[in-house]
Amino acid sequence: MAAVLTRDIVKKFGEVPAVNGISLTVSDGEFMVLLGPSGCGKTTYLRIICGLEKQTSGDLLIGGDIVNDIPPRARGVAMMFQSYGLYPHFTVRNNIAFPLKTQSVPRAEIDKKVEWASQLLGIGHLLNRRPRQLSGGERQRVALARALVREPTVLLLDEPLSNLDAKLRASARLEIKQFQQRVGITTIYVTHDQVEAMGMGDRIAVIDHGVVRQVGTPTEIYDDPADRFVATFVGTPPMNIVSRNGGYLGFRPENFLPKEMMDDEAFTEFKFRVDRSEYLGSERIVYGAMEGFDPNQVITAKLPPAHVADEWIRPGEWHPFAVRNSALRNFDKDGKRASRH
Amino acid sequence: MVAIAESVPRPASRFRFIFDRRDVLGAIFVSPAILYVLLLVGVPFLMAVYYSVSAYTIYDPSWRFVGMANFEQILENPDFRHTLSNTFIFTFGSQILGLILGKFGALVLLRPFPGRKLVRAIIILPFAVPVALATVAWQWMFDSLYSVINWTMIALGLIDRANAPNWLGNPDLAMLSVIVVNAWRFFPFAIVIFLAGITAVPQDVLDAATVDGAGFWRRNYQIIVPMILPIVAIGLIFGIVFTFTDLSIVFLMTMGGPIGATTVLGYSGFQTGIVSGDVSHGAAISLFMLPVLLVVVVLMLRFIKRREI
Repeated sequence: MAAVLTRDIVKKFGEVPAVNGISLTVSDGEFMVLLGPSGCGKTTYLRIICGLEKQTSGDLLIGGDIVNDIPPRARGVAMMFQSYGLYPHFTVRNNIAFPLKTQSVPRAEIDKKVEWASQLLGIGHLLNRRPRQLSGGERQRVALARALVREPTVLLLDEPLSNLDAKLRASARLEIKQFQQRVGITTIYVTHDQVEAMGMGDRIAVIDHGVVRQVGTPTEIYDDPADRFVATFVGTPPMNIVSRNGGYLGFRPENFLPKEMMDDEAFTEFKFRVDRSEYLGSERIVYGAMEGFDPNQVITAKLPPAHVADEWIRPGEWHPFAVRNSALRNFDKDGKRASRH
Repeated sequence: MVAIAESVPRPASRFRFIFDRRDVLGAIFVSPAILYVLLLVGVPFLMAVYYSVSAYTIYDPSWRFVGMANFEQILENPDFRHTLSNTFIFTFGSQILGLILGKFGALVLLRPFPGRKLVRAIIILPFAVPVALATVAWQWMFDSLYSVINWTMIALGLIDRANAPNWLGNPDLAMLSVIVVNAWRFFPFAIVIFLAGITAVPQDVLDAATVDGAGFWRRNYQIIVPMILPIVAIGLIFGIVFTFTDLSIVFLMTMGGPIGATTVLGYSGFQTGIVSGDVSHGAAISLFMLPVLLVVVVLMLRFIKRREI
């Protein structure tokens, strides 16, 4: 196990910077999620850590040692790829054994470790099959077993769940997280899916255009976004942002509620015109506009349907809505958080 | 519903929609190909089979049946056995050399470098140049007096003028020469096959191998080559079949010589059956290709099926 530290990593492809100065510390045993839209540089950053790409500048430290010039195999990191990258011509057993064979581990020990890794992931009965005979979930476990068999110090996961269907994804998410806690391995997990990020990460690094916008626990990222990008990227529907007094005011849809639902706490009132409403079972999403702000800007409210009757929300009607003052977030004209409550 | 049914015009005759029937249209489309194969491949093949068990020569065009006598006679002939082994050496020698050059060329062409597109276009030339022209050029390169190969080696001090190799005069060197020329013709094809195979290997798999600790050689020979083996084997089947039946390079370069050192089945069959007019023995010699090729193709196809991934 080891901590991973990067100092001002820059990676340029030609003149285009894919990673534009990322400094990040992932402590020993931590589950760090890199969250960002596609093309934000998160995968490139991961490939730099495992050594598949070389950074243009900056330092990478694993376990306290600078490993800038050390080839991938000597870094002690394992990586699981988006489409798993299993060797189609090998059986599952040989797939898992391959990282050991390249290190000239004695045969008896290879057998023992393959046994160990396959037990760990519950794929002992699949050892003699080939990858094409496996289901998506099984392939994922084989890929994980192959990554872990070398007992790496750092585990890198590149969108490992994107090839699974929605149902399997939810169970695999739980499985990976539990597994990581049991083994206690330092893990860096790349995803564009905020649900995965929020649900799995000890901490999340939100990345955009090759720079880290914010690093923090899921609660910090959600409740105290550092800038407008983080505020609108995390959360569905995203945070409402309206311009006010040369800056911006933000509030989450679930905090934008009918005035009568407010308790004693201090709140700010807005007049809200309902344009459209979607009933989603556990919640109701209401779209509309606020009086005194840009009428073309769509404001969303997420209401608990049990508390709001159908006939209450009719398109075209104006209603008094309110946001608790503690839930209001102010951003300056550059989109950075202006003041904290 | 009723209105729609009435608007369909009544068929004028029962053949009106004949071309809408899959079975009829399919038969019409496939018949030229079947006719072509039957008339231009099937009939000559059956004739060759009959010639091989008859006593047909152009001087005595009788269809007298002689059984396996022709085959017995050619098998007893040491020249024929020599020819048979020459054919194998020529075929497999040139295929192995071609594959090595192809693999190497594909690896070179995979990496971006200035002028790669031009090189990719030029490298296809051996394929595009008419075999007769190319072979004449090679003949000059292997010429006993004017060989540029020898000149170059003399200039480099590798050999001395008195002992310069006589490429087409020495039996072993002559075989080597025709193998080199055939491999030269085959290797652009091998490059294309290897390029197609290597570019089809997913980048994720190669990256995984790199992270798993595989270096250049291990990645190549434990990951890439096994993965592209099925497609390379298909290319190799074509190469073997075309080379085994080929006579053009031998005919143009060495005429099967010196002293039969480069005589291959195709050339021998041509010489015996067409040039000498002994059609029945020529047919028997040519038919020897059939079982050999059949075995090679069946073995290769079984191998591919087993390796399918």
